[in-house]
Amino acid sequence: MVELYANAIVNGLLIGAIYALVATGLNIIFGVMRVVNFAHGEMVVIGMYIGYACWQLLGLPPWASVLVAMIAMFAAGYLFQRAIGNEFVDKPQHVQFVLYIGLALAITGLHAIIFGPDPRGIQSAASFATYRIGPLRIDATRLHAAAAALVIVFGLWAWLRYSLTGKAMHAAAENLTGGKAIGIRITHIFALTAGIGMACAGTAGALIAPLYDTNPYLSSEFTLTAFIIVIVGGLASLPGALVGGLLIGVSEALAAVMISPSAKSFVSYCLLLIVILVRPQGLFSARRTGR
Amino acid sequence: MTRLLDIQDLTAGYNGVTVLSGVSLHVDEGETVAVVGANGAGKTTLIRAIAGMVHATSGIVTFSGTNITNQPTDRICEAGIAQSPEGRQLFVSLSIEDNLRLGAILKRARARTDDNLARVFDLFPKLKARRHQLAGTLSGGEQQMVAIGRALMAEPKVVMLDEPSLGLAPVMVDLMFDTIADLNKQGMSILLVEQNTGESLALSSRGYVLENGSVVLQGTGEALLQDDRVRKAYLGL
Ligand SMILES: Nc1ncnc2c1ncn2[C@@H]1O[C@H](COP(=O)(O)OP(=O)(O)O)[C@@H](O)[C@H]1O
Ligand SMILES: [Mg+2]
Repeated sequence: MVELYANAIVNGLLIGAIYALVATGLNIIFGVMRVVNFAHGEMVVIGMYIGYACWQLLGLPPWASVLVAMIAMFAAGYLFQRAIGNEFVDKPQHVQFVLYIGLALAITGLHAIIFGPDPRGIQSAASFATYRIGPLRIDATRLHAAAAALVIVFGLWAWLRYSLTGKAMHAAAENLTGGKAIGIRITHIFALTAGIGMACAGTAGALIAPLYDTNPYLSSEFTLTAFIIVIVGGLASLPGALVGGLLIGVSEALAAVMISPSAKSFVSYCLLLIVILVRPQGLFSARRTGR
Repeated sequence: MTRLLDIQDLTAGYNGVTVLSGVSLHVDEGETVAVVGANGAGKTTLIRAIAGMVHATSGIVTFSGTNITNQPTDRICEAGIAQSPEGRQLFVSLSIEDNLRLGAILKRARARTDDNLARVFDLFPKLKARRHQLAGTLSGGEQQMVAIGRALMAEPKVVMLDEPSLGLAPVMVDLMFDTIADLNKQGMSILLVEQNTGESLALSSRGYVLENGSVVLQGTGEALLQDDRVRKAYLGL
């Protein structure tokens, strides 16, 4: 019994690290631009398909597939923001909603056209390697994916905090008027933000491509999970995304062994409700006050 | 003297409401020029229109001989116009030093960030001691120093100051105007927008009086200080 729970917790933490990366992307986009990316889950699925295509069809090594997904999604996010997104930053929320929902539907449609509705999975010997530590059995692919996700999350924090461009993103998030007044190129900063946010989602997708079969319709579940994490952790808070991701990962895994695998989302929603009722600002309220 | 900033017949406003109508003024190299006027006269709108933050519906803004009307703000800053905006607009959850360093994010000055930082700290020694303190924790006067310092970090050819004395304690007001006079002595060209008519005209070579979005009087600082209308309406004499 103890073994079962211990393994569930470890697996929950590992998937939680991936969730944290997805939620970090959503939070950066919201934190800097006050825009909600309703197509975030679709970006995870794009990453999964990129991972699948690079690894299974082109035979690239896993790390290279992840790198391709990261770079491609960064470029796509940057260009999308420059071409379309920046026009919508000042628009009312319901207009933004239509843009991002439309984007989500378009991406899912494209996936269905290109890859078909059937699940696509990566078959690889590496998928079955495990580490054993005492009673724990840890899937190697899962561990590597989680480690990579954490490295990216912490690397991103450090970059945002210590680089001049990261500080400019912080500045634009906090005081857009002040940022404009000193000549920060807001269109560029917003495009970088979108690129980074979408690259987080896409990279997370590529990291889990060997673990889960991909189909076009996984996206809405990813989006919802990311939203729950962001609300539980605290809007626009980066530590909130990390802690929220790990928390949701573990609680889902425990729910699966204690109640039933289908109780996963139910437990996440309960957690969400509790947080909304008890601490509506989330576990970590962001330092940033908005603009 | 070289004409640095030249504004001809500038009209600008918000969402179809005209605020500035036909404003003409100029700043020559090395000058301090004051624009005085009551609250709501359009002083901030003037600065924002020059900086490309408010759309100019007609008129021409020329800077160093180049037409910069309605250019993107970052390009106008890159050309050498910096500002300490109304309300200071600091990044309150960043440190003083980070606020200043962000002022040098422009290509024109980034390579010399450390030299300019040292220069700003010479001008405002108080900021140096507190460089790691969050900008939001400073007094109004110190925040104004950061806002001016941040503008200077861009190595501007002209700096626009929007009501630097607003909301400051009397001692700080004097210090602020002394600093502005010093800056000008070091060669900086300054467009000073103020409600504090007496002090700002006293340190400016020329001045303009703005009323309801139009220039109603102009002249040397001294002449305006002697002008009956100015004395009555703005100095309470
Ligand atoms: N963002 C804005 N939107 C609409 N009207 C504005 C805005 N900012 C200022 N105004 C109006 O423009 C006029 C001039 O304002 P402003 O330029 O701020 O004057 P000043 O800086 O001299 O006090 C005022 O009537 C003000 O109400
Ligand atoms: Mg004003």
